[in-house]
Amino acid sequence: MTLKVLEQESAMPAGGGCSSSGCGGSSDALAHLPEHIREKVHNHPCYSEEAHHHYARMHVAVAPACNIQCHYCNRKYDCANESRPGVVSELLTPEQAVKKVLAVAANIPQMTVLGIAGPGDPLANPERTLATFAALTEQAPDIKLCVSTNGLVLPSVVDELCRHNIDHVTITINCIDPAVGAKIYPWIFWNNRRLTGVKAAEILIEQQLKGLEMLVERGVLVKVNSVMIPGVNDQHLEQVSKLVKAKGAFLHNVMPLIAEAEHGTFYGVMGQRGPTHDELSALQDKCAGDMAMMRHCRQCRADAVGMLGEDRGAEFTLDKIEHMDIDYAAAMQRRKAVHEAIEAKRAEQRAEPHRAQATPTPTGEVFISLDAIRRSRKPTLRTRTRPVLMAVATQGQGVINQHFGHAREFLVYEATPEDVRFIGHRRVDQYCTGGDTCGDAETALARTIRTLDGCEVVLCSKIGIEPWEQLEAAGIAPNGEHAMEPIEGAVAAVYRELADGGRLAQPAAEAASA
Amino acid sequence: MAFKIIDGCVNCWACEPVCPSDAIAAAEPHFRIEAKRCTECEGDYAEPQCASICPIEGVILDGFGEPVNPPGSLTGIPPARMAAAMAEIQAR
Repeated sequence: MTLKVLEQESAMPAGGGCSSSGCGGSSDALAHLPEHIREKVHNHPCYSEEAHHHYARMHVAVAPACNIQCHYCNRKYDCANESRPGVVSELLTPEQAVKKVLAVAANIPQMTVLGIAGPGDPLANPERTLATFAALTEQAPDIKLCVSTNGLVLPSVVDELCRHNIDHVTITINCIDPAVGAKIYPWIFWNNRRLTGVKAAEILIEQQLKGLEMLVERGVLVKVNSVMIPGVNDQHLEQVSKLVKAKGAFLHNVMPLIAEAEHGTFYGVMGQRGPTHDELSALQDKCAGDMAMMRHCRQCRADAVGMLGEDRGAEFTLDKIEHMDIDYAAAMQRRKAVHEAIEAKRAEQRAEPHRAQATPTPTGEVFISLDAIRRSRKPTLRTRTRPVLMAVATQGQGVINQHFGHAREFLVYEATPEDVRFIGHRRVDQYCTGGDTCGDAETALARTIRTLDGCEVVLCSKIGIEPWEQLEAAGIAPNGEHAMEPIEGAVAAVYRELADGGRLAQPAAEAASA
Repeated sequence: MAFKIIDGCVNCWACEPVCPSDAIAAAEPHFRIEAKRCTECEGDYAEPQCASICPIEGVILDGFGEPVNPPGSLTGIPPARMAAAMAEIQAR
């Protein structure tokens, strides 16, 4: 969708404004979707950017086996310090998984979604995956079930999946051209043989697209994940986006390749680079022209528990859940009350005047009142001001409520004269932070500051003197003045201050060409 | 003749369900092939199933003690081509 301002200002820079989804960080990024789909994703933290501030998810690691080999995956690695797909600490049986889900749902009532995402391919372990879904459909009807898959055997499992409470499936589709696929997948296990090269990629792609079509026909929501691999599929993903949208996928999630030598993946060891923040954003913008894009994905571990970006898995290890006695009927009552409270709060936030009043149109555009974001901007109305990236420390609820030093990730927003839009997140602990043993001499603070590269402001509830000084030295302005305020409103206010202070004049060259 | 799983196996379960002879079982410290049951898939499949789906090189040995998945079989890049492939990938 696009976010536009009701009154067009002649003084606004041409081509400015927001041309992507995720605008305003509201669930209206999905405004172009039919009502029944929006209903389904309204409280799904992985699909709705706005919902992810309020609701939590969990993955259970019941599916260890995989039937394809990807150059970005290493089946050997299991590190508790690491957070990325394919990594787990404890493999569960379906019975253990069900117990864990009930325990988490009772203790973290805002957990609305249970996904099976590996650590292998869930559908390459059909018995384990389906047994888990079957038991949860029966015992925890208030939890949404999701599965993510490489798609190779998806067509043969679609009907079985539809028998359970599953209304969301994610398929990872990195390419639709087998020649590109041959550079990503060295082999697949198909019809009892290991197939390699272009032929293998061709079969995989065919199965993925067939599975996508079958799910869409049956009314199941399909999200497509793609890993952006510079020099391999970065130029190709726009085409992927167009095709999967045409086939009925409702959301496309372009994720950056994670490839570090210490992960032991082929790409990591070979020195394949991941995309820069700017490259990723630019590609997401390009794809957004074709369909809803997702920018808040955290590329979770296959056993993650909690709000996106946090992992409370350690509270629910097997030995701990063993001793928990869960009365799920009572828990469901509590969960219902908590969800109602969250919805009331969301409604209140939407109604607050300094938050954009969004009204979706049939074309999927959302118009927000100019007044909402530009009150008191009069002095700069005739001045062209450039976009600014701001990082935000938040623990959820859509407000600035985290201490700089406690933030393990920052949400990044782009402010322009027209709007504020969420463009992604930056993790400060994405890779192993094993400390001394890993020989990493860089301090945590220096690493955090490097992570914020490109941001000019960081908004948090509080910040210490040392990080304050180092941030300033790095050209990033720390700001603790908007603690507990809704994020978009605060970002817009800071942007106005910068603009009013004459700090955002367009660079000369850009102004001349505009 | 029978296959054997050695140290390095990551216990990913991929081989267990594809064995036509039910010769593979979870065990400590890693999965085990029961030699008496293993047929190396002769008569059932053209390729040994466990080794075809195994994501780790060198952890399944054949009856002669040779790795069924030798170096390079996981990535499709033979060791001799590694340096060239690395240069190509790093230029991306």
